Amino acid sequence: MPAAMILLLASPLAGGLVLALVGHRRRAAEVNAAFSALTFAGAVALVARVVADGPFEALERQFFVDPLNVFLVALTAFVGMTTALFSRPYMRIERSHGRVTDGGMRLYHSMYQLFTLTMLLVLTTNNLGIMWVAMEAATLTTVLLVALYRTHASLEAAWKYFILCGVGIAQALLGTILVYFASEKILGAGAGALLWTQLDSVKGQLEPVVMSIAFVFLLVGYGTKVGLVPLHNWLPDAHAEGPTPVSAVLSGLLLNVALYALIRFKVITDGALERPFASNLMIGFGLLSVTVAALFLSRQRDIKRMFAYSSIEHMGLVTFAFGLGGPVASFAGLLHMTMHSLTKSAIFFTVGHASQKAGSQMMSEIRGLIRLSPTVGWGLTLGTVAILGLPPFGVFASEFLILTQAIAHAPWAAPILLASLGISFAAIFGKVQPMVFGEASAARLPHRPALVPVFVHLALVLLLGLYMPPYLANWYRQAAQLIG
Amino acid sequence: MLQHYGPQLVNLFAATMLLLAFAMLSQRRILSLINLFAAQGFVLFLSTALVAWLTGQSHLYGSAALTLALKVFALPWILHRLIRRLNVKWDVETLINIPTIMLIGIVLVILAFNLALPISRLAGTLTKATLGIALACALLSFLMMITRSKAVPQVIGFLAMENALFFAATGAVYGMPMVIELGIALDVLVGMLILGIFFFQIRERFDSLDTRHLERLKEH
Repeated sequence: MPAAMILLLASPLAGGLVLALVGHRRRAAEVNAAFSALTFAGAVALVARVVADGPFEALERQFFVDPLNVFLVALTAFVGMTTALFSRPYMRIERSHGRVTDGGMRLYHSMYQLFTLTMLLVLTTNNLGIMWVAMEAATLTTVLLVALYRTHASLEAAWKYFILCGVGIAQALLGTILVYFASEKILGAGAGALLWTQLDSVKGQLEPVVMSIAFVFLLVGYGTKVGLVPLHNWLPDAHAEGPTPVSAVLSGLLLNVALYALIRFKVITDGALERPFASNLMIGFGLLSVTVAALFLSRQRDIKRMFAYSSIEHMGLVTFAFGLGGPVASFAGLLHMTMHSLTKSAIFFTVGHASQKAGSQMMSEIRGLIRLSPTVGWGLTLGTVAILGLPPFGVFASEFLILTQAIAHAPWAAPILLASLGISFAAIFGKVQPMVFGEASAARLPHRPALVPVFVHLALVLLLGLYMPPYLANWYRQAAQLIG
Repeated sequence: MLQHYGPQLVNLFAATMLLLAFAMLSQRRILSLINLFAAQGFVLFLSTALVAWLTGQSHLYGSAALTLALKVFALPWILHRLIRRLNVKWDVETLINIPTIMLIGIVLVILAFNLALPISRLAGTLTKATLGIALACALLSFLMMITRSKAVPQVIGFLAMENALFFAATGAVYGMPMVIELGIALDVLVGMLILGIFFFQIRERFDSLDTRHLERLKEH
């Protein structure tokens, strides 16, 4: 196993264990950030290796890295690191407001690292069974984090999250069993029959009927975790009630990771069926998610819930793009995944501090941010402008590409997409504007908020919107080719 | 002798699983519910061990042992301890009356058999007839989760669904590879421990484990 990969996986594991013991100490937040930085270093080393030597398999083919997953590994490790930096002052403020106990801090820091580990495991494993195990573990590590404040609403959100995702993931297990059933006939029994690289090489011979039934179960299962409508019920609650750093990683990272699992299965299923069955299902679910989420946006009163619905909308858009398929749409989907991750986590960072200042997550009680704290105010404004897809931010580029592809390949869907994007623009902008510019009403915070990550993320989104370096474009193109 | 009657014995175990699933669906008392769950685990253990012996798939013995340890002893023990510590009320209410639930259950069984038909036709295992029953058990457990209002029965429903999926794996492909079964078992166990903590938190907050208290978060 290459050293980069060991560093990538061992650092969050060690972090989880160490912080379970010392996670409540004064310097625990720095230790947390340091482990996340180490993980990111591992990811960078892994990227360097893939760029230099191309895709490779490791540890008896149980792990593999190709352009598709290495890009998500890098993104996950990066946002994991910046969120750890953001959470340093944020959780201290929560601690001094008395919302979290010492035990809670230990739990938070330890689970944060273990959660990163499970996501990286989903991304790098070649074994579709292990992928399922890691995905379920990702739910388990975050359930107690969503319930961290132990308020009525947070317990309810965590219960919903646990039960709905548990049921969903059980469907995915059935789907995985069926995939194993189909592949075992060709590859023989044993762990080898669940290796994705193996399955990919024989996908044309897999039994089409079984694969289509399996994909339906997998779509329902992993789709629940992606937050696709009508399986999205848990998502707004879980994202709104947990601590903000957790909302940021759930929205920015976990949804991507679940969608990644779905993409891997889609490649095999479409290969086995020789007709775009899986793709059509993804187009349908994606489109439904975009429309329903857009309609729900304007009815929200809680700021984190509103941005959670916006996450559903964007994941729907990405699912739609992958459903369309082809080099350009898949490219756009991957780009949009990146942009959404960076922008949405930046928005959650500012939203977290804004609601700490106002002492409430209700949008009607957050007013005049720009006067109170220009950085928080501008961060929220810029983040909102970026997520709404205004040029010159990167989200504009990816949404534009998805729309042009929709016009070219599924013209009937284009007006629906445009209308939904318009509705969500009106809803979000109308709600954010008074929060930023209205009359001021809020208190000082006991610790200086960390807003550097916000502007780093937004700068990256802006940069990628204005100019995409050729090697990066090339990289996305290679990843898109794998999806087909 | 046993070689000859083996496949039929597996089918008998499968029928018992289905019967137990219906029994759980109609059971009002929480203590009996846990015992039924343990019984279902035991039948699953017997049938897995029998399939292992009939087919000579040695890794299935491991899977059977795992089932025995986890589903027959560990999980029911944790559940028993939990309800004693939490002092849960004994009777469980269902959201729909029980005869109606049974009727819906029968419809689900027919649905499951139809769904399993194309798959089991392709299966080369000697247990392929059990696939429909396994799917039916999964759907019945799902129904149980939906129709119960208390947290503990919902969780038992979830665990029973997991039993059914294991059963499906044994029926269709002689079980998943061992690494994955171990991983799944670990997830279930950790999930159960987390739920234990969680139950206490819910109770501390609401003085009740009725999940109908957990219905405030709605769209306005």
